[in-house]
Order: sequence, then C-alpha cells, then structure tokens
Amino acid sequence: MSVARAERLVNLVLCLLSTRQYLTAEHIRSLVAGYSDAPTDEAFFRMFERDKAELRDLGVPLEVGRNWSFDTVDGYRIARRDYELGDIDLEPDEAAAVALAVRLWDSPELTGAAAGALLKLRAAGVDVDQGVPAVVEPKVRTTEPAFGPLLAAVQAGQAVSFDYRRPSPAELRRRTLEPWGVVSWRGRWYVVGHDRDRDAPRCFRLSRIVGEVTSAGRPGVVQRPADVDLLQFVSKSSGEPPDTSTVRLWLAKNRAAGLRRRANVVGEQTIDGVAGDVAELEVWHTDSAASWIAGYGEDAVVLEPELLRKSVHERLLAVAGSTGGK
Amino acid sequence: MRTSQDRLPRLLALVPYLIARPGIPVEEAAADFGVSAKQLRKDLELLWMCGLPGYGPGDLIDLSFEGDTISVNFDAGMNRPLRLTGAEATALLVALRTLLEAPGVADADAVRRAVAKIEAAAGQAQPAGVAVGLGVREGKNTVLARQVVQGALKAGHALRMTYYTASKDEINERTVDPMRMLIVEGRSYLEAWCRRAEAVRLFRLDRIDDVTELDEPAAPPPYAEQTDTTAGLFRERPDQEVAQLVLEPDARWVSEYYPVEKMTELDGGRLRIRMRYADLSWMVRLLLGLGGDVTVEEPEELAAGLRDRARRALARAGQLTVTP
Repeated sequence: MSVARAERLVNLVLCLLSTRQYLTAEHIRSLVAGYSDAPTDEAFFRMFERDKAELRDLGVPLEVGRNWSFDTVDGYRIARRDYELGDIDLEPDEAAAVALAVRLWDSPELTGAAAGALLKLRAAGVDVDQGVPAVVEPKVRTTEPAFGPLLAAVQAGQAVSFDYRRPSPAELRRRTLEPWGVVSWRGRWYVVGHDRDRDAPRCFRLSRIVGEVTSAGRPGVVQRPADVDLLQFVSKSSGEPPDTSTVRLWLAKNRAAGLRRRANVVGEQTIDGVAGDVAELEVWHTDSAASWIAGYGEDAVVLEPELLRKSVHERLLAVAGSTGGK
Repeated sequence: MRTSQDRLPRLLALVPYLIARPGIPVEEAAADFGVSAKQLRKDLELLWMCGLPGYGPGDLIDLSFEGDTISVNFDAGMNRPLRLTGAEATALLVALRTLLEAPGVADADAVRRAVAKIEAAAGQAQPAGVAVGLGVREGKNTVLARQVVQGALKAGHALRMTYYTASKDEINERTVDPMRMLIVEGRSYLEAWCRRAEAVRLFRLDRIDDVTELDEPAAPPPYAEQTDTTAGLFRERPDQEVAQLVLEPDARWVSEYYPVEKMTELDGGRLRIRMRYADLSWMVRLLLGLGGDVTVEEPEELAAGLRDRARRALARAGQLTVTP
C-alpha cells in the first residue's frame, strides 16, 4: 500500500468517525485529504470504491444511509459504538492464557487472525507478554492445501466443489458442499457441511481432497443450521472406540517389548523349543489388534480367541506368499 | 506482520496503543507490533500527517517524542482500537477454548475468565466456522506420568524414566532434563535433553512406563534447541532408507498417517508411495501387520526379509496346533 493511500484511508476513517451526518461521496471528495488528487470523476469513484472495499475487508463498519428523505444519493458514516472494541481489562493470568492461545496455531490463516486480535487487545491497553514459557504448549497445525480456501468459503458463506477420494470402497468423486465449518479433531482437519449431491450433512477429511477447491455460487448463500455442533458431528462420525476384549498371547522371552508393556504375564509355555510367556492383553478392534500382533512375527503367537488367531494368520500368509518386487 | 497489507491495521491500532501507554519507548512498541523501530517511526510520521478535515494545526494527530519515548497529545477521535473481525474473534476464542481441553494446561479458571471478557468486548464478532477438539486420550498411567513431568518442569528438576522406544521396540532407562511439554496432533509429548543420546528428544507421554522426579536440577546444555514442529515431528535424514510400496485401498491410511513422498495413483484405488524409515525393525513390524494390503517393490532386501519373517512366524504358530 502506498504512503498516500494509507494516509488517505486513515483520514477517511477519522472523518467518518467524527461525523454524525451521512457524508456523500462528493462531499467526502471535497473534505478528505487525498481525494483531490483524483484527476477525473471516474478516477475518484474508482479510488473511493477501492477504499470502501479495503475498509470493509478490515472490518470497519461503514454505514450507508441518507440524512433526509429528500436526499437523492446515499452517504457514509462510521458509528463509533460499532467501530470500537469494547472495554477490556485482563488480569496477568488471563493475559498469560491469551499469549498461550495465540501460539496454538501453526497455520498461515489462523496465526495471522490471532495476531490481528492480539494487536487490537494490546491497543486496548492489555499487556500480553509473549515471551513467557508455558508448561504445556498445545499446537494445532494446518498443512493441507485445502484449508485456506475452505476456511475462506466458510467465512464467506459460499458453496465449494472439490474432488474427494474415499479409501474404501475406493472412489474419486466430485463433491459440492455448502460448508458450515472446518473442524480439527485429534490432529486431523475435516470440513462439515451440507452435501448437495447426497442432500444430507456430511464431513470430509481435508487430506483426502484432491486438487483445488473451487467456489460454486455466490458468497453469503450458505446458512449454517443454528443447532449443529460441528465438533460433535465429526467426533461421532469418526466413531468412538468399542468395548475392549481380552486376548491370550504367547510371547517369546525378552521379545516383543511393545506388546509386553500392555500385557499381563499369566504363565509360561514353550513352543517350537523356544521358551516364552503366556500373556493377557486388552484390545479394542480385532483388525487393529491383528495388525499390531502380526507385526511381531515369530515373537508373538495368538492363543485365543480363534477369530484373532485367523486374522493374524491371514496377514502372515499374504506376506509369506508375496512375490515382491515389480 | 511485515507485509504492507498489515500496515493499515497497525496504523489504526497505534494511536490507541500509545494512549494506553504514555511515554513508552519506541523499541518496546515496535516489538509489540512485530516491526522494526525504523518502521514504527515511519508509521508515526505518517500518522502525524493525518487528522480531521480542515487539517490545520488543531486538527492533526499530535504526537510528542521525548528522547526515545512517545506520547499522544491529540488523537483526532481515534482513541479505541477497531473491534475484532469475525475471523480474529474465531482464531482467538477457539484457541482459548482448545486450551481448556488440553490436559495439564495450568489454569483453566484463568482461561475461562479470559474467554468471558473477550467475548464481552468482541460483541457481535463471535467465533463461527472453526472448531477444535484435541481429543487427547490419556490412560491412567499417562495421567500419572504427566503429573510427575509437570511437577519436574515447574520445580526445574531432572527426571529418571523408563521409556518405550517404538522405533526399536525397546524399553530403556534414561535420565533427561525436561524443557517443555507439547501437544501435537492430539498427543502429549515431553521435550527434553536426553543425557543418554546427548540430544534433544521428544518423548510421548503414553510411552513413559515409569518416571521419578530427581532432586538434581534440570540442566539442558545452552545449545539445546526446541524442536520446530511446524513441519511435523518426522525429521528427514540422509541415513534413512526409502521403501517403494503399493498400498491397496484398505492400506491407504498409511499415506495419511506417516510422512510419505512421491505418491502415484494406480488403478483400482491403489497408491504407490515412497516412504522413508529410520529403523528396519519398525518398518518390518508395520508391513507384517499390513499383510496383503501392501506390496514392497523396493528395496528387494526388505521384501525378502519380510517374507522370511512371515514364514518363520507361520511355522511357529503351526507348532502350537501340533503340540498344545
């Protein structure tokens, strides 16, 4: 932004804050320093339109209206009560919480917005020391390229289209979504909204979006239902862990440390001339338990249940029979 | 805060900021705004040229410099910062609420009070469209480990711990000098100087099997640097091997869960990836567990080693059914 433009915009804000009357564009042109540079009417209106857009982007509440019913054109003013941040005074421990919160984001979009908020709090007289180390430092990252466009679409209330790859059954399909929000659940980002193709609410994992997110329709169209809890929607969709079950394993002596630290040794047994322990282990899903146990190869053998034993067996059989290479 | 687009927000915030802090040194103000003292002086010079229509001596913003400090004599009506935008309120309030959910964040009460005050000041600009759930799942052991680790961090003491290293599938005793705790992607970590490895290491709290706070002070060497987690926790190193794998649709999650390079889509929803690994035994465990959902294309030694290990495991399990 040029020095002249920055100066003009500050002057415009000061002028519109100081007036109770709506000022027409022509009036502003003659009043506010900087606009007299415009050589023609057309150049002035172009300049003024750009300035209004810039201020609105920053969140400056420009009011449009007429002072009298017989006025023929709209005027502009800024209502002070809408412009100004409310009074705020933070205790040191509250300010420390704010400093930690600002550091939460590892994300170009959200880091910038949080920094903007911090700037305004400081300008309101709040002292926030960012150098204080915290005992626990949570971090939330956004690395998916789709994050920026989706957040922008959510904030603009604009529908989007994207290619989405579902792993199982595998398919790549174009989706059109009215996005209600972006949600980080256990370190992964999702977008939640109304899926126009399915005509139902759905959530999509950002890492499975292929290529670019494009807008589909005008801004300001998407309405988020008031009763939807975004976080709950995603956490329910991703499934809560089921009840645990206990399984019995044989573990070779001094091997399979990862399994042993979760298991209770209840006896001893020798298999294939190799000394080992019989251990009990709590597991969640048969599938993920089978992967975990199969990973230990000959150091872990499933004693029961049969379903888990078979599941491990199948995995090992597939690897043993693989030809490998290209 | 360094691009020219950020200048206007800064200009609008500067005067109220200075009013709240009469006589503040230029350097200090510049640091708060994240700019150089030189840039801040340029901003002040610009503001000095701004004011109310008429633009006479009594209409312009009036600042006074005394030595290296600044004060505001006339603010031309700009005495409060601009309200928060929806995006700003969202970024700040969602972050604060996330802290409430993070296990062990010191003072939940202070966070709640801060949220209430900011919500009140923000007015209509309420957070919308972004939600965060860390969803940290802590077992009983992890809760205990966390309490000991936090106590040691506060007291500045070293720790003795029994730690499970997943990459090597080993449990070891080690003494560490704690530096900080982190929560990244839903998991809690202790960052500490490991005296055994003589390096900074991140330890997952759920892999600490036992931990004791020592009487001796934590003394990480001055050159111990905090890990930059911006690009994730996996560090690429030249000594790592690279495997080329083909994932069946059911194993595609591997490409989302682990850092992989060079993905190629194949027919039937299969995916060819190249994946780095630091430890062979770890890779073998992962691949055995995936069974037929993955094919190892390279290196051949990995594919052969995997087959051998699977055959030995089948042979041993077969013995069980013969001699119960």
